Amino acid sequence: MKWVYAAYAAAWAIHIAYLMALTRGFQRVRDDIEDLEQ
Amino acid sequence: MKSTFSVFALITLALLSFGLYQALVAAPTEQTMGEVQRIFYYHVPSAWTAFLCFIANFAASIVYLARRNPKADAFALSTAEVGVVFCTIVLVTGPIWARPVWGIWWTWDARLTSTLVLWLIYVSYLVLRRYTSGGQSPVLASALAVFGFVDVIFVYMAIRWFRTQHPQPVVGGGANAGIDPHMLFALLVNFAAFAALASLVVWIRYRLERLRQQVEEAHALKAIAAGPPLRRAAR
Repeated sequence: MKWVYAAYAAAWAIHIAYLMALTRGFQRVRDDIEDLEQ
Repeated sequence: MKSTFSVFALITLALLSFGLYQALVAAPTEQTMGEVQRIFYYHVPSAWTAFLCFIANFAASIVYLARRNPKADAFALSTAEVGVVFCTIVLVTGPIWARPVWGIWWTWDARLTSTLVLWLIYVSYLVLRRYTSGGQSPVLASALAVFGFVDVIFVYMAIRWFRTQHPQPVVGGGANAGIDPHMLFALLVNFAAFAALASLVVWIRYRLERLRQQVEEAHALKAIAAGPPLRRAAR
């Protein structure tokens, strides 16, 4: 089963990394909006 | 809108959990490969979901080229990015399955090579979008997406057109293809779960891109209102 767990863990690691990148993207846009408002 | 999103997110989470249960527990163990065959329930639905994303990207790119609609551009970018995520999973889980079954991580057969080329095409699309500026960037990227889509068809057909080391199709593969009904159920549940997850993430990414486009527009308007740098210096 170690190969199965490795594959599933890798798949979820990729999804989580992408979701974290999206969160950082939203943070950057929020900072840009604050800059515009100043 | 927010409540629709929350309901859809909950349905996706339930489908993913049920899919995981089906893949790891409920589906029967394959006779020749054993437990390692269970990688199939993540590998194949990820590939199908990547195809769906690239089909959506192709359609949105054509709409953008025809109408120059920023919403179509944002949708094309979102689907390309999510498609690359799923294609990456295909390229990672495939070799993890191949190592114990074939004894090698990788072989340059038609299916594997064309999938790697597909990944490179859409990564190039994203790099083009990320590192070029100006109004022509979305046009160039859309043109690349339209031509790149040809490889999606090639990847899908590769195991039908060529004799490959990659297994022959078990779904939609003709008279000799087939799969145990319990395995098919687990496969379809995981496909539904991954398609739902992809829709959810495309939705989030689309909202981010539209916000970014609006901020960029506001920055441009602000710069125009401030006047050219020379005039500002003379004041």
